[in-house]
Amino acid sequence: MGIHRGHRARPLEWLAEKFIFLVSLSTILMVFLIFLFVAREALPIFFGETDTALVQTVIPPDEADKLSPAQLQKYLELTPEQFASMDKDSLKALMEVKQEALDEIPEKFRNDPDARANTTDWHYLLLPHQWSDYDKPEYIWQPVGQIQKYNIVPLLVGTLKVTLIGLLFAVPLAVGAAIYVSQLARPRVREIVKPTIELLSGIPSVVVGFFALLIMATVLQKLFGYQTRLNAFVAGIALGFAVIPVIFSIAEDALTSVPRAYTQAALALGASRWQTAWQIVLPAALPGVFAAAVLGFGRAIGETMIVLMVCSASVMSWNIFDSARSITTTIAAEMAEAVSGGPHYRILFMLGALLFAATFVSNMIGGAVIERFKLKLEGKR
Amino acid sequence: MKKLFTILALSAATGIAALAGNITVKGSDTLLILAQKWAETYMGQHKDVKIQVSGGGSGIGFAALQNQTTDLCDASRKAKSSEIANCMKAFGKRPTEYKVAVDGLSVYVNGENPVKELTIEQLAGIFTGKVKNWKEVGGPDAPITVYSRENSSGTYEFFKEHVLKGADFAASAQTMPGTAAILQAVSKDKSGIGYGGAGYGTGAKHLSIKKDDASPAIEPTEESIINGTYPIWRYLYVYVNPALDKGEIGAYLNWIRSDDGQKIVKDAGYFPLPAKLRQ
Amino acid sequence: MNTITPSQYLPETQQQPGRHFRAEKFDFWSFFFSGLTGLATLFILGILAVILLNILINGWSAISWHFVSTIPKKDFFDASTTGVLPMIVGTTIRVFVMTIFVIPVGVITAIYLTEYAPNTALITRIIRAAVNNLAGVPSIVFGLFGLGFFINFIGKNMDALLHNPSAVWGQPALIWAALTLAVMTLPVVIVATEESLKAIPPGLREASLALGATKLETILRVVLPQALPGIMTGGILAVSRAAGEVAPILFTGVAYYMASLPSHLSDQFMDLGYHVFVLSTQSPNIEQTRPILYATVLVLLMLTFALNIVAIIIRARMRKKLRALG
Repeated sequence: MGIHRGHRARPLEWLAEKFIFLVSLSTILMVFLIFLFVAREALPIFFGETDTALVQTVIPPDEADKLSPAQLQKYLELTPEQFASMDKDSLKALMEVKQEALDEIPEKFRNDPDARANTTDWHYLLLPHQWSDYDKPEYIWQPVGQIQKYNIVPLLVGTLKVTLIGLLFAVPLAVGAAIYVSQLARPRVREIVKPTIELLSGIPSVVVGFFALLIMATVLQKLFGYQTRLNAFVAGIALGFAVIPVIFSIAEDALTSVPRAYTQAALALGASRWQTAWQIVLPAALPGVFAAAVLGFGRAIGETMIVLMVCSASVMSWNIFDSARSITTTIAAEMAEAVSGGPHYRILFMLGALLFAATFVSNMIGGAVIERFKLKLEGKR
Repeated sequence: MKKLFTILALSAATGIAALAGNITVKGSDTLLILAQKWAETYMGQHKDVKIQVSGGGSGIGFAALQNQTTDLCDASRKAKSSEIANCMKAFGKRPTEYKVAVDGLSVYVNGENPVKELTIEQLAGIFTGKVKNWKEVGGPDAPITVYSRENSSGTYEFFKEHVLKGADFAASAQTMPGTAAILQAVSKDKSGIGYGGAGYGTGAKHLSIKKDDASPAIEPTEESIINGTYPIWRYLYVYVNPALDKGEIGAYLNWIRSDDGQKIVKDAGYFPLPAKLRQ
Repeated sequence: MNTITPSQYLPETQQQPGRHFRAEKFDFWSFFFSGLTGLATLFILGILAVILLNILINGWSAISWHFVSTIPKKDFFDASTTGVLPMIVGTTIRVFVMTIFVIPVGVITAIYLTEYAPNTALITRIIRAAVNNLAGVPSIVFGLFGLGFFINFIGKNMDALLHNPSAVWGQPALIWAALTLAVMTLPVVIVATEESLKAIPPGLREASLALGATKLETILRVVLPQALPGIMTGGILAVSRAAGEVAPILFTGVAYYMASLPSHLSDQFMDLGYHVFVLSTQSPNIEQTRPILYATVLVLLMLTFALNIVAIIIRARMRKKLRALG
């Protein structure tokens, strides 16, 4: 560590060093590739290249000759290679499919004011819209049906709702336990309790989801007496369990790293153990505890299986006893039925990119706060 | 590293060989158990044929059909025009569609609910959230709890298109991950209503359905579903690239739609094709 | 666990042997809040115990040799004929293939970070930030990445290069699921290896260098053998994390049902975690599937937990060693 190049490196040595350096760049490459390839599949949405309009302009198949090859290729959305490989009959058949698609639309929808709208336009994605059959403008996520409604606001609300419930439940518990374990408990108790709580992170989230679905949902319903058994509240609590070990570990680390001199000084002045922990250690470790909550947020917002198993209706409501549908759930549940490469598929990738950005930011904040905290402590030592 | 590449290269070569002798089936999870039963029975009768079945969803099935990674695509809905177009772009022809079974959808209510029959219009009202109380449809004075399915399920889409006539489900509808979950919820909730396969259904009452006010209420039975008098039913499909619809694959498809193949359909909770559609 | 007798807030002998501080008077609020933090700890431990006991008791009565050694042939919701052999095999293989990729890359990166990297250089800081970020990427995003990169990009291009008549690699497969998981667990291996490399006293390296060994020789012959337990811990933690993850494999390789075991890297596979999801949400009869659901959960938990406990024990020993040095 402390020693740099004691003597001149030999060629092999030099090569090995470069190789090691290159391999270590793979982490940067991976973060970059993740963003690139998730965003790549979502690009057509950002560039407005997808069109979900139900009623599209259709050129009758027998008028194919009137179009130039270039126009025809564009109209049929073919790549040049595909276009070259197709004979006249198959091109005509492809045009017939377009005609059929139009003919299949029920009368009711053909005259719908939204039938010609591209619902993947950002207005439709973010702003409320008054669809036919609705009395007022609303945020609707209904991606399956004649007119596909892709408003992502209910999903954002659902994600935040579930995540916040989870954090409100997990942060006090995890930080409380971290204070206890790091400041108040006997060393022998700590030796046992700390790894045991960390063991909680070894339970796969699908098992937490299973437990929430089978047992917790029933118990909580009996305790609180709300009407629907599966809702955002149950999902949030279950999510809380999944993030408790994350928050606990980081907070405990931060509390332990407060210099012992602080504690000793406080105790010497006659403060009780608790007063020391609450008034001296916790404020000193606050940035670390904050970072723990931020990183817990990042973990909670990206958790999939728990929310998928416990609740999933895309209701636009802040009521915690209503159902909620998170972004992760939406991606996991709908990808399988989405037409590969279609607008729904692209929007799901866009949601993934959004999620990635959100966790990226919360990780950056959490990481930066912890780093500054450590530097500060080291400086003071 | 070198070893890894050899392994990769080797498996690339054998992968193609393995695919050649098999029939692969992919698609709707709704059809999965049925497809598996068909495959097992057929393989028992024809020792030289190997059939591999996997699910994932109708959309996955169509994508695989278009990539030519599967021979047969199971679907609980008709192919969408964009999917047909994609297939035509990939192999130049429209995929052949075969109807392989009939699925009746029942509307379930709690056993203690006095309501016995509803019209399609009343159902649409209830599931879109316009009808909110049981007394509006001849029941007790109690708010209705609506249970629906995940929007990725074929059942959801079918119910939406054919009962709600394309309107959206009420935002307050509880989304359940499977038919069993709906049944369980309805059997515990006196004011609940849900929908799902007619072949399922212990623990809840199946409603009789009227097409409109004037028509008689029809109970969902095997007979009424197959002859089409019960109004909520659909076909289940298998799609195939017409270029492959011959030899082993063609024979298998014919067998599925024969009397022998149709015998198995009931075990999976669906109904056999009417005689005129069989092979 | 009684947390509130005054004797227990005493700093224990481990900190300052021979010196005892004692709060002069009994302070109610100290007592109360200390009690609260103790209760929070107890509550977490209690929930953990309830989850584990519930699964253990219900699962134990349903598990049998037949269950873990059978390939379900017809209907896996049927308790009498079903089994989880293909799921155990699928989960094991995907995790094993993952380790082949993740351990070399993870260990080499950790070696770079501890042995070579100039600590303050921009590139080192970027690598560290990347490791932290990778650790925080949601698992479902890894799933999307696997679909977008491995299947739609690498796989499709491989098919084109190999002139496969139909897609072999451009579809969900064991190898893509394993690679996706490898990317996901990379930070786990890096962090654990780094920790164990740091625990090795610099004196050892200095001694080796002083005897004329090159830096590379020192790392290969002196440092790595010492760090082996730490690298193992990292591997085990990665395996245990990956074994229980479902979201990253949803679109990259898991199959709802397969009649035979996967025999090939381009095959799909069944998986324990996904099977738990399927059994708990897709069952045609919830009451009837409950025993097999519990049994499946128990198998999954035994797999991930056994690994986790081993890793925690190794790590605890190593930390002790580290503390003794520091």
